[in-house]
Amino acid sequence: MSEELNQGLGTANRAGNREQTAAERPPVSPNGLDKEVVLAIRNLSVVYPTREASIVAVNDVSFNIFKGELLGLIGESGCGKTTTAMAILRLLQPPGMIAGGEIILAGKTDLVKLEGAQLQAVRWRDVALIPQGAMNSLNPVMRVHEQIGDAIDAHVTPRMSRDEIKQRILTLFGLVGLPARTFDLYPHELSGGMKQRVCIAMAIALNPALVVADEPTSALDVIVQRIVAQNLLDIKNRLGVSILLIGHDMGLMAQLADRMAVMYAGNMVEIAPARTILTEPLHPYTQLLIEAVPTIKTRKPLKLTEGLTHDLRYPPPGCIFQSRCPLVMEVCRRVRPPLKETKPQHQVACHLYDALQ
Amino acid sequence: MRGLTGKYLLKRFGMFVLTIWLGMTIIFIIPRLAVGDPTSALLGRLMSKGGNVENSAELIARWKDRFGLDQPLHIQYVRYLYNTITFNQGYSLSAFPATVDDLIQRTLPWTIGLLVVATLISFVLGNAIGALMAWRGTPRPVKSLLPFSLVFTSIPAFMLGILLIWVFSLTLNLLPYAGGFDRKVSPGWNPEFILNVARHAILPALAVVLVRMGSWALGMRGMMITADGEDYMVMAQAKGLSSGRRFWKYGVRNAILPQVTALGVAIGSIAGGFIIVEQIFSYPGIGSQLFRAIQDNDYTLLQGIVFYIIVGVAIAVLILDLTYPLIDPRISLKKN
Repeated sequence: MSEELNQGLGTANRAGNREQTAAERPPVSPNGLDKEVVLAIRNLSVVYPTREASIVAVNDVSFNIFKGELLGLIGESGCGKTTTAMAILRLLQPPGMIAGGEIILAGKTDLVKLEGAQLQAVRWRDVALIPQGAMNSLNPVMRVHEQIGDAIDAHVTPRMSRDEIKQRILTLFGLVGLPARTFDLYPHELSGGMKQRVCIAMAIALNPALVVADEPTSALDVIVQRIVAQNLLDIKNRLGVSILLIGHDMGLMAQLADRMAVMYAGNMVEIAPARTILTEPLHPYTQLLIEAVPTIKTRKPLKLTEGLTHDLRYPPPGCIFQSRCPLVMEVCRRVRPPLKETKPQHQVACHLYDALQ
Repeated sequence: MRGLTGKYLLKRFGMFVLTIWLGMTIIFIIPRLAVGDPTSALLGRLMSKGGNVENSAELIARWKDRFGLDQPLHIQYVRYLYNTITFNQGYSLSAFPATVDDLIQRTLPWTIGLLVVATLISFVLGNAIGALMAWRGTPRPVKSLLPFSLVFTSIPAFMLGILLIWVFSLTLNLLPYAGGFDRKVSPGWNPEFILNVARHAILPALAVVLVRMGSWALGMRGMMITADGEDYMVMAQAKGLSSGRRFWKYGVRNAILPQVTALGVAIGSIAGGFIIVEQIFSYPGIGSQLFRAIQDNDYTLLQGIVFYIIVGVAIAVLILDLTYPLIDPRISLKKN
């Protein structure tokens, strides 16, 4: 028990955690080729049109999510990670809109092209959401079971009887460790951790291929964070569901993620297995980001200044990170580096590694 | 019901009684602070009708004795409290042979029939309009037409009443513009009479509905926009729920809560709120009665009517308080 707690509290103690999580984690196949792609994002762009110029919140982003993996999407606030997730869920709030690209589900359906009833049918059945603010994500005037039940009711044909739905919900509660009495409660009668677990139970109610978890542990204390994190691992391992985990808690990511994707100012700058990202990051931004993670044992100065250094409406030509990059070269001012595989399973968008290809 | 204990009921009922007692005391005091006194007003009216009244001083003294107005104030007050709660409020000062309870019984049903129904209709329509105005799924043509339903909101009800009379009664000659029913039909539970009453109620009801609808709609629109920005609405969409379910169970169900509170107060304050509308349409309701009572310095009638208004508001608020936990599970009657 004490070891468990220490891990939770010492999320920043990366050296210690790395060994632990690497051992816990099921091995990632070495080449990644034999794995089934659940969701393929191709050249996705999301823009917010303004009167003068469009803000490109997500710029030409491509990545895969494999079956049964937990992909961590990290980056600073405002880097476009939540926008990417909302685009995948087709939940962008106007004026935000998908300006281009494809989101291919199970190699067949392009989510970008779906509308109306088709989109409604795919939602939750194939792609579910564990929301950021579980506090307000449950309808305050509906009982917990009604809110899970209506998702089941909306998608399962032929319709399940009330009894069957109840059994299903109680099974889900068992999976996430919620007591059966939660069934009849209202959201305000639950603690923050219980609400989040209700949301997790809800997300897996229809056994979707992909669950998008948008900072599911923010606003929870470290112990509850660990419990919720364990729930996520459990459902991944037991149900084989793929999870796209968005967050900036590097300690938590280190605990959970199989692979990590790093975004900066709407661009994907690096994708690699979690362990590689943490130990041998290639992109200068990733390096600074990893270094910025506070640790319990030592105090260290922050090398990365906060926020973006360019106007999102007018991104500079060349590399998006040029104005903050300590290793900036002449070519970075002119040519945008594409995201390329520099090592097996390790993609990075940086001119430093041009020679490696 | 959650946390409904005998102790709570007793406490709440105590509040109810206290509210009514305070209200009764205030309405006892206020008319007596006003200039003029009812007997001279009555005399004045008699004189204007019949010229000279002989023995006027004696008449005044007899009246004062008859109505107990020569007694000291505290005696009057105790008598008044006793009479009111025993529903024996005595004679009207201005319509002498008639008793206060008679007059109220004659007029109250008309007001309840007209204004309660009109208020409920305006509540339903206004909230529907407001909710649809705020809802993103509302078809565009409907959405652009909705604001036109609110153009009458800024007109005072009585002005709108005059406009409606001019259009529908005087110009188009479609509907009656005065009274509660025609003299030629015999009152009772027969279809002819009910239809006649309904026809008479249309214009005053319309005036109330059109005017009141706007505030419901604007309130609901605001609440609905707030609800739409909540995370649970995003969740409902992510769950792939139908537009109808998201609108009703997630949107309206949450947005309506403060509106229900306002409805309780609106129903309670009906009689006082539409005096002029009743006047314009010569409607035989309690508003017209109240208006006359004020004009005539009719203390007893005034007290009687206001007593009913106070009881009305107090009952509405009591019912609202006791039933609110049913519509909002977060509210518990229990003290934590």
